[in-house]
Amino acid sequence: MLRFKAAIFTLLLLLLFCLSAAAQTAEELSDTAALEEPVYEIPRLAQVTNFEAKDSPDDAGGEIELTWDLSVDDKKEDGLVSKYVVLRSQNPTSDFHIVGVANHRDSSYIDKNLKEGTDYYYKIVTFPKYQGEVRLTREEIDPLMEQYPELTELDIKDVSMLAEYDRDIMSVFDDNILGISRVAGPVKSRAQWFNSKDLDTLIIGLTICISVVIFIGMARGGRKLFLRRIGGLQAIENAIGRATEMGKSILFIPGIQDMDDVQTVAGITILGRIAKTIAEYDTKINMPVSRSIVMTTARETIKEAYLSAGRPDAYSDDMVHYITDEQFGYVAAVDGIMVREKPATCFYLGAFFAESLIMAETGNSIGAIQIAGTAMPAQLPFFVAACDYTLIGEELFAASAYLSGEPKQLGSLKGQDVGKFIAMVFIIIGAVFATLAALTGSEDILEITNMIKSWFSA
Amino acid sequence: MWRRTVPIMITFIVGTVLVVAEFIPHKPFGNLGEDFSLYFDIIAVFAFILGGGNLCRVHFSKVYRKKTDWQFSIVTLLGFFVMLAAGLFKIGNPEGIQGDVTAAGSLFADLYDSMFTPLQGTMYALLAFFVASASYRAFRAKNIDASILLIAAFVILLGRTPAPSLIADFFAGAGITFMATAFNFVPTLTDWIMDVPNLAGQRAILIGIALGVISMALRLILGVERTYLGSDSK
Amino acid sequence: MANDEKNNRGLLDRLQFIDRRYIFIFIALAVIIPLLLGLRFEEKPSPIVLALYDKVDNMPPGSRLLMSFDYGPTTAPEIQPMVDVILRHACLRGLKVYLMAVWATGQSLTVQTVEDVLIPEFPDYEYGIDYINLGYKAGNQGLIRVIVDDMKRMYSTDANGTDIEQVPMMKQVESLKDMDLIVSFGGGFPGIKEWILFAGDPGAIPIGGACTAVSAPQLYPYYPNQMVGLLGGIKGAAEYESHVLDRYPDSFKTKPTPGMNMMVAQMVAHIVIMLFIVFGNVMYFMYRGKERKLAMEK
Repeated sequence: MLRFKAAIFTLLLLLLFCLSAAAQTAEELSDTAALEEPVYEIPRLAQVTNFEAKDSPDDAGGEIELTWDLSVDDKKEDGLVSKYVVLRSQNPTSDFHIVGVANHRDSSYIDKNLKEGTDYYYKIVTFPKYQGEVRLTREEIDPLMEQYPELTELDIKDVSMLAEYDRDIMSVFDDNILGISRVAGPVKSRAQWFNSKDLDTLIIGLTICISVVIFIGMARGGRKLFLRRIGGLQAIENAIGRATEMGKSILFIPGIQDMDDVQTVAGITILGRIAKTIAEYDTKINMPVSRSIVMTTARETIKEAYLSAGRPDAYSDDMVHYITDEQFGYVAAVDGIMVREKPATCFYLGAFFAESLIMAETGNSIGAIQIAGTAMPAQLPFFVAACDYTLIGEELFAASAYLSGEPKQLGSLKGQDVGKFIAMVFIIIGAVFATLAALTGSEDILEITNMIKSWFSA
Repeated sequence: MWRRTVPIMITFIVGTVLVVAEFIPHKPFGNLGEDFSLYFDIIAVFAFILGGGNLCRVHFSKVYRKKTDWQFSIVTLLGFFVMLAAGLFKIGNPEGIQGDVTAAGSLFADLYDSMFTPLQGTMYALLAFFVASASYRAFRAKNIDASILLIAAFVILLGRTPAPSLIADFFAGAGITFMATAFNFVPTLTDWIMDVPNLAGQRAILIGIALGVISMALRLILGVERTYLGSDSK
Repeated sequence: MANDEKNNRGLLDRLQFIDRRYIFIFIALAVIIPLLLGLRFEEKPSPIVLALYDKVDNMPPGSRLLMSFDYGPTTAPEIQPMVDVILRHACLRGLKVYLMAVWATGQSLTVQTVEDVLIPEFPDYEYGIDYINLGYKAGNQGLIRVIVDDMKRMYSTDANGTDIEQVPMMKQVESLKDMDLIVSFGGGFPGIKEWILFAGDPGAIPIGGACTAVSAPQLYPYYPNQMVGLLGGIKGAAEYESHVLDRYPDSFKTKPTPGMNMMVAQMVAHIVIMLFIVFGNVMYFMYRGKERKLAMEK
């Protein structure tokens, strides 16, 4: 009896063990199944409304602007929309291809690089958020490309995110899953003859140009114009004189940019003025350059300056010599020249980058008088710290006109003051309105502030 | 006469057309700016031969005449020709003469990586030292302006590092709360200095520069400024 | 006594302008020692860094990111941490990455970055489908002006010489306008400013930047209207690294954080500079005091 009871107990235990093992295996199996076959909740999304396509204004053609109102599902706080997929076709009913993607909460898209004059049709697909991304493998992509020759590989990769809902790639465009908008079009792209977005730039530019021309005319007519003193420019003659007294050379660095940079042009125009004084004083000038075109231009400039000073015989091509286009290679060479030749005066006039301080500090260590000028705001503090005089920004461009002393050149400087006046007036008006808008909270004042801002934004 | 008039006419026509083209997106104006940029690059490439030629001439003559420090010129010439040959003949290039000039394993790539890169890095690194020595000299509280500059520099130097929060934690631990609050405020003050006074100054300089460029460009286009052609405007 | 006074003045005068080589030694030590110790601190991202982070983070997977390597080996120690962290972030978000260089020196750095970061850390990323190296083309801002309208006019092949028409991820890219974000690395010329002026503004393309600390102040005026965000120097890199580490701890905890490490060296160097400035000013005031005293005595 006891034996029988023990046998039944053992059987029961065995049964229990088998049941638990089976349950565990089933659980594991269902886990594996879950890994292999992800189950996603596919939200059914509302389509976008008021979808319109029109030719992009102010462009060179080839662009169409699409606008729409957000899908209702995208307006909610934690919306279900991840993005909007833009489809394009030259046929209103078929052949729609993916051309781009706009982020959720975006209600516009510009389709670019289109053929001018061709009719295009568009659709927008509201695209749901998904849980994790499935990347298609090579083996999956290749057959799909064969199956859908009209799709590029990129199309397939783009829809691969959709494909995780359904591996049958075309069924993702089924209306039952995604919100697909109505077709917009036909629409053609055209080029425009005037970019109305630049109207503000045109008006400001014209005002300044006209005032420059008027002031040049006034100066030619003999009217006296007042210009403030520029310390750095008044020191130039003394600096050249010092080099002459010490019997040492003058080093001139025109920056490290080519002649297509207006700062280099400004540097060379100042060189023309300085070279004449150097020729008259019979001092030596050494000008290492980092661009070939700058070398040829500087040579011409110095040669003419020596000619007009009546010293053509004293000119030599070796005064200007090329080193390298490479920024720090050039700096190393210039520093070497400074340390070996110890010039009495160093001019740095042009466009400078990180090399500004390396050169100016080396110049300072050899006790040279240093005059710098650049329109690179980042380098100005370094020049101010290490040089004796610095021409800040616009002073570099004004220098040649200032040194020439000619009325028509000085007139152009006066003209640019009109631009400064306009800038100052609008800055003050803008600041006053912005402050009032913040203080009073008035919508009207805020609107005026934004209007003023819009005149000057890109 | 022709030497001056022709360049001035070219400057006037090209300058005016390019300014007008800026406002016209339609062909052929829309692309003029980029086309002219390309033309400049083509000319600059040919001009490089002038530069390279000049470099050789100057240094050969220095060596030949045994001028002061002529030994350095030998190093320059050696560097120039070795690099030129390595690039031109693609010496050691695993893909041969058809391969990319910078292909790994070529002499050019090796010279670039093992000499050019560290040498360039060294020159740039000098900045760290020169910034220190220049600021040591420049930041003196000689008057009120200089003192304000000095204080601003201190705030920025401190605020651009994690130091203020570390110091604030130290003071908070020591129970000196007002000092902790003060140091926690430093990064905010740094951002304010960068965003408000610095930005205002930078914008003012930029506006001045833009106006200066317009005025300079007009002087060049109208032929009022001719110094770059090697002549006075008279 | 008068002689002592004179010597004292001479000494103070000399100390005011001590030999710069002493400063150099201290700066060298201030940088080297913390780097050897390998410390790092957490950084709170500033709004301008956060703006670029958010832009990259919010782009839908599959969006196109163009990274332009506009720097050279010289500034690589400062710029490379920013390149690495943004590239890692972009790949983590599943963006399509286009690499190019407007600087000749940038080309080898693109190759190096792909070999060091992209290939070993993101083995799923396939060349030509998920990323491409377009390489360097000469022309500076002229190049940007051209490719803003027509990419294939300048890029007929990629950096490896493959016909661009054969590259799947280039099929839908006609111009820069097809990019969803362009990030320029390097603050020199051509650089972020040129990308803004010649691509961002005319093509209405979002431009982000990562530059050396010294170039950062001049780029601030472009934020936020013309530039989506900016990483300025090691500080910017450290802030981005710290933030990305905070948001994606699992993916980034094992990744190097050179920006955060270098930030410690920068902190010590800043403190050393501050101490020298204080020292210089103390000497200056002592010297001025002596001068005044002597003048009064006379």
